[in-house]
Amino acid sequence: MSGLFTEAFLTSLVLGALTAGLPLMLAGLGEQISEKAGVLNIGIEGMMLFGAYLGFLVAYATGSVWLGFLGGGLGGMLVAAPMALFCIRMGLSQIVIGIALTLGAEGLTALLHHFQFAQSYPRLPAVETLAIPGLSAIPVIGPALFDRPPIVYLAVLAVAATAYVFRSTQLGLALQAAGDKPAALDAAGVDVVRVRTFAVFSTGFLAGIGGAFMSQVGAGIFVPFMTNGAGFIGIVLAMQARGRPLWVLAGALLFGACLSATTALQVAGVSIPTDVIQMLPFAAVLMVLVLFGRRASLPPALGTHYVRGAR
Amino acid sequence: MTQTPNAAPMPPHPIVALDQVTKRFPGVVANDRVSFELWPGEVHVLLGENGAGKSTLVGMLSGLQLPDEGGVLVEGREVRIASPARALELGIGTVFQHSMLVPSLSVVDNMALGGPWWSRPDRAGVARRMAAVCAEIGVAIDPEARVGSLSLGEQQQVEIVRALMRGSRVLILDEATAMLTPKGAEDLGALMGRLTRLGIAVVFITHKLNEALAFGHRITVLRLGRKVGEIAPERLVALGPAAATAEIVRLMFGTHAGTEAAGGPPRARPAGAPLLDIEGLAVDDASVPVAGIDLSVAPGEIVGLAGIDGNGQKQFAEALAGQRRLAAGRIRLGGEAIERLDVGGRRERGLRYVTDDRLGEGTVGSFPISLNLLLKQVGEAPFWRHGIEQPEAIATHARRLVGEYDVRTPGIETAIGKLSGGNIQKALLARELSGQARAVIFAKPTYGLDVQNIRATRQRIREAADRGLAVILISTDLEEVLELSDRVAVMSRGRIVGVVDNNAEARSRVGELMSGVTA
Ligand SMILES: Nc1ncnc2c1ncn2[C@@H]1O[C@H](COP(=O)(O)OP(=O)(O)OP(=O)(O)O)[C@@H](O)[C@H]1O
Ligand SMILES: [Mg+2]
Repeated sequence: MSGLFTEAFLTSLVLGALTAGLPLMLAGLGEQISEKAGVLNIGIEGMMLFGAYLGFLVAYATGSVWLGFLGGGLGGMLVAAPMALFCIRMGLSQIVIGIALTLGAEGLTALLHHFQFAQSYPRLPAVETLAIPGLSAIPVIGPALFDRPPIVYLAVLAVAATAYVFRSTQLGLALQAAGDKPAALDAAGVDVVRVRTFAVFSTGFLAGIGGAFMSQVGAGIFVPFMTNGAGFIGIVLAMQARGRPLWVLAGALLFGACLSATTALQVAGVSIPTDVIQMLPFAAVLMVLVLFGRRASLPPALGTHYVRGAR
Repeated sequence: MTQTPNAAPMPPHPIVALDQVTKRFPGVVANDRVSFELWPGEVHVLLGENGAGKSTLVGMLSGLQLPDEGGVLVEGREVRIASPARALELGIGTVFQHSMLVPSLSVVDNMALGGPWWSRPDRAGVARRMAAVCAEIGVAIDPEARVGSLSLGEQQQVEIVRALMRGSRVLILDEATAMLTPKGAEDLGALMGRLTRLGIAVVFITHKLNEALAFGHRITVLRLGRKVGEIAPERLVALGPAAATAEIVRLMFGTHAGTEAAGGPPRARPAGAPLLDIEGLAVDDASVPVAGIDLSVAPGEIVGLAGIDGNGQKQFAEALAGQRRLAAGRIRLGGEAIERLDVGGRRERGLRYVTDDRLGEGTVGSFPISLNLLLKQVGEAPFWRHGIEQPEAIATHARRLVGEYDVRTPGIETAIGKLSGGNIQKALLARELSGQARAVIFAKPTYGLDVQNIRATRQRIREAADRGLAVILISTDLEEVLELSDRVAVMSRGRIVGVVDNNAEARSRVGELMSGVTA
């Protein structure tokens, strides 16, 4: 164990935390936007998975990483569309529709993937990284954090941008009002359905990119069911972060670290059964819920359908 | 008192008119072929008992409801006001009966709400315009305060200010004065006068007839969804206040009602060891910290707690009921210390709290009346056995209370939120006053109720005291406090600044204490 804390080990730990945490962060950020507006988006797991699939497909077909991410975002929005229609417009149960969409996306992507890539399992080339001059030279965290694909930097910027939108724009106020008291938003002359629809599509876009990140950057390949609960962890992250995007970032890195710690331990030569490894992030979720679950505060109108003039 | 309309020659069309509109809800016809005209330069008062259909009527003007039959006309042209946004566009601004503010946002953010999505809310500009309007109507509001931390009265002020800031040509005030102090209501009345001189039309809904006569030019009376009378400006002037009052009461309640004087026989001043004893109670609160409250109430005694809204009454009541943590102090009920008990524990010992926030904390709007009547006893026998609901027992209990307290409802399974304000209050009283109550705190028990319901509620409070309960009556309505109380405590800035016996000098003493003249 003396060699446990070598530079290589620490670098792989931090890198792993980032690679595993980034999709969680995008999912959590997306979910947070929906929840802020009063929509409990359980379909997010399906949005991620469809984003992972479509992102991989587009990147594979065009050879462009960027188009791949765009495809991923679009894939997420494709799953968000029925959510917006059924739940926001028609007022069907957000929980039922969310579960149905997740199950649907799982089945559909597995099926399509099976037909398309029955014989060969193509792999995407490694995504090019962009080293930030100066910062990337710092030992351990330099190569792990500042020599990454550009999408990583963009995603972190998205956290800042979301925080800005929440705090300093009319849209931010409208999202908050839609989740807290939709009738008040309506009375102020803002269309509740439009605000919530926007929120659900934003969630789809971000979750889809998160999924695409998993297939394009994390694995380099699409595997059925590959998101493996990342969307659900995103829901937990969003609830714990209580409306603050920065907390989503911090929480995602923490979960990412849990996910990667086991891999890093294996690199360092400590053997742990794979079952335990796969359990670790969920155990972490449970831990967080037990420790901080009480303090999670949810918007009063979460999960409810708004009908004007009803009482 | 009563003025004639200010606008010079009568324009050809009313600004807004309803033509024979009908609006039905499951089980009730809320508006039955009602016609209503709103002329520029007029304050048009809408009167009617609880559930008469006043809020429904203005709901069709402010875009909350669409009429089932009949038409809405703006300046003589038929329009469809399908959303509040459309109403604002047409220049119709509304202060709704139930708060339309976002609790988690600050006051300025609530007012800034509704601009283009990607723009920054103009917080500084809004705060500036807000300060101007506040100065004009003589209220003080902290623009940075979170709305959820404000009292209902303060929230109502915020809504009035917001409606005025929008510069509408039609202003609808649905019971906007219910939570204001008499002075606040007077200032608002004066402001309505100034607005009408600018050609703005005001719809003013109130349950206080003196306000209706003082501020109104034209009066329309609704009863059970029908329009039963309209008093035009000329006639209102000709009648004079006394005759007008008599006519209005006759229209509202029929011929036989409302003539006998309010107030029962004078009650013997109760004495004896205090049943409810509060010592050194303190509550930490960002806006109004409460400290050093000493108060004891004898069995059968009504202690009124007077004071301008937002001086810590809410914090005090919630701390007493167990909904807030005490920072310090002791509460004893019948000699037993209860300050460490939670809400349920205190209730079990006989302490009851009738909240002023009927729809917020008082009831669950979407639950049926029958369950709301048992909201604080969920799981208890005989209504639940081994965790299983006993529908028969629940229904019997509900039917008995609904009958006893005269809750007007289509049925006991109706969601309580669908009732009118007065009937929700009756259900709340039924729940809190039944069973083993020993001490009751009433918070603004008659706010938003019509004359008859006010009388019934006050009678309930008197009866409760006659049964030997210790009663604390929190009210911003000085008349009410003086009518009911044995002693009056005055609260100001989170402290009780004086307690006086309710005798001939009480009114002036309380007035002095309220306005800050030292004791
Ligand atoms: N959205 C709704 N759904 C069902 N019933 C409703 C709805 N709105 C109003 N009602 C019913 O319509 C009738 C009229 O209600 P409304 O709120 O207009 O009375 P109101 O005159 O404003 O009474 P109050 O003085 O108590 O506010 C009541 O019987 C009420 O229960
Ligand atoms: Mg009403």
